[in-house]
Amino acid sequence: MDFLIFKAPMLMVQASLDGILLGILFALIAYGMALQWGVMNIINIAQGDLVILGGYIAYTMYLAGIHPAWGVIVSPIIMYFVGWYLYKLVINKVVDRDLFISILATFGIAIVMQQLMNFIFGADVVVAQSEYGTTMLFDNSVTLPNSKIFSAFISVLYAVGLVIYMKKSRLGRAIRATAQNARAAKILGVDTEKVYAATFGINAALCGVAGALIAITLTLHPYVGLPYTVRSFMIVIVAGLGNLPAVAISGMGLGLFEEFADYILGTEFRIGAVFMLLVFILVYRRFKLSKKREYLK
Amino acid sequence: MNKVKQKDLILYSGLIILGLAAPYLFSAFKVQLTYLCVLIVLAMTWNLQGGEMGYNTFGNILFYGLGMYLTASVQVGMFFPLAEWTESGGEKTFVHTTAQYFQGIGVGLLVSAIIPALVAGAIGYAILGLRGHYFAICTLGLGIAAGEIAGGIEIIGAGQGFTTPPFPAEIVDNEARGKFFYFLSFALLIGTFVFVKYIYGSRFKLILNAIRDNEDKAEAMGIQTMKYKITGWMCSAFFCGLAGGIMGGLIGYIDSTDVAFDGREMGVFMVLMAILGGKGTLWGPVIGATLFHFFKEGLWTLILGWQYVALGVLIVVIVIYFPEGLMGWLREKYPERFGEVIDEKDRKAQVELK
Repeated sequence: MDFLIFKAPMLMVQASLDGILLGILFALIAYGMALQWGVMNIINIAQGDLVILGGYIAYTMYLAGIHPAWGVIVSPIIMYFVGWYLYKLVINKVVDRDLFISILATFGIAIVMQQLMNFIFGADVVVAQSEYGTTMLFDNSVTLPNSKIFSAFISVLYAVGLVIYMKKSRLGRAIRATAQNARAAKILGVDTEKVYAATFGINAALCGVAGALIAITLTLHPYVGLPYTVRSFMIVIVAGLGNLPAVAISGMGLGLFEEFADYILGTEFRIGAVFMLLVFILVYRRFKLSKKREYLK
Repeated sequence: MNKVKQKDLILYSGLIILGLAAPYLFSAFKVQLTYLCVLIVLAMTWNLQGGEMGYNTFGNILFYGLGMYLTASVQVGMFFPLAEWTESGGEKTFVHTTAQYFQGIGVGLLVSAIIPALVAGAIGYAILGLRGHYFAICTLGLGIAAGEIAGGIEIIGAGQGFTTPPFPAEIVDNEARGKFFYFLSFALLIGTFVFVKYIYGSRFKLILNAIRDNEDKAEAMGIQTMKYKITGWMCSAFFCGLAGGIMGGLIGYIDSTDVAFDGREMGVFMVLMAILGGKGTLWGPVIGATLFHFFKEGLWTLILGWQYVALGVLIVVIVIYFPEGLMGWLREKYPERFGEVIDEKDRKAQVELK
């Protein structure tokens, strides 16, 4: 093997750490997707664009002179309302329709959002500098930006907070009831319409947090939403709906895969590798499921 | 029965005459007309997949882009070293003679029809086993992955794009170039229409519909669904590849993500056009594509910069309020015209049930 990464073991450590920290961030987005997929039975193609919009909110704060890290608090609040209105405007009309309709409708939303962000924030690649510095490990052979550690920490914080909220609060219980059986929940007095709106809002808020973190750790561009959608979709398929530890683990797995693909195949194939992985996972899943098919005897 | 056939004959001959005369009548719009033909072909082949078979694909763009690259590569590679061509940006170092150009594009189109069909056959078994939205997302991923990967391959120009051979120097005349590509695409359109029309009268179409309505039941009835699904996809891929090849020659420049594997434009357009016209009808995609093209060409320049916003809003509106499309709406309104007989009692009973 003639790859640099196999010659230098420290690069592997570097890639692994990067991958795991990045993966935690992906897992947060995937958690939002799993939530709304499980509750509303909608696949949201605009998920990644919600993330990018959240990132631009943090970036705007950075331009205004506020430290972008505050974005992790401000961005979800704004994004919650964005999600809420998006639900009232479009999503409520596709909730109990065919899944393909929801895919196409959210695809339309994604296109609109991309273009509007392009108008407002410009088509340049931007980054909000957090100036957190870097941590050097192992005799300075591994560099770890502190912003990445910060982002992983905040992601875990939000995820744990949300899990507790879903378990304990009234709305959380209503959401879980609706996910189990919307009709029964309705009969028992749950305002499912409200629950759906709140779910979509919470999903958007999670995207907002993730976006603010991405603004600090990675880069923003109006048209890079779709890869985030696909990543979260992949994580959800592998982990299943509503299995949080599995979401976290497969998120980290994806992060690792990406970092290693980056080193081995080259950066220009990174996004391509992500999409190919999606295809492979789906095909693998299809063959695995087809073995389990039951026949009448 | 005879009367209906006569009416059809008049309609078809009228349309063919219109098609043949169009480049002379509207000679300023030859490129647009070529686009229209290609769009109709794409919408019709998508309809075969999404409308008849119920497999909503975003991935037909894969075959379109593949056809585009294949035609151009064959056209160049037959006479000149491909790598040097892409490196030098094309026409500066090598010049096709007239005979070479037409030979190249002929062979290229042949290849670009066959290879995508074979690719569809090869990946069909794996991909078409997916159902519903998993299939939709998987094909979306395939289309984008193809674009990203093509953007990293040096020999076909990587990120900087691939200049297709320019029209032969002896016929510099733009008129001839426009006519050549128009008639090529028109021939493709007629070929596709005849093929799809043939399918609509065959058992194959009924099998595809059975797969759409209930695949498990179709299988239980003894239909080898996988075989038919793959065949259906191969048919789509065949025509998509040809359409891509023609478009590559017309545009003259291939970029991996913006022209060839252009999921954001063509990939969405074909779905939208088929849905706008009405999924699962013969004429729906034709009408949908024509309407969409007129809408696009008419509005695009007026709302410059906002066209993608308009496109996105259009998708949302069509999908939410108009999922049956134009033909579906007409069918609801005038069922007699479609040969449906409605029992008045039955209708009343249905209304009461609601």
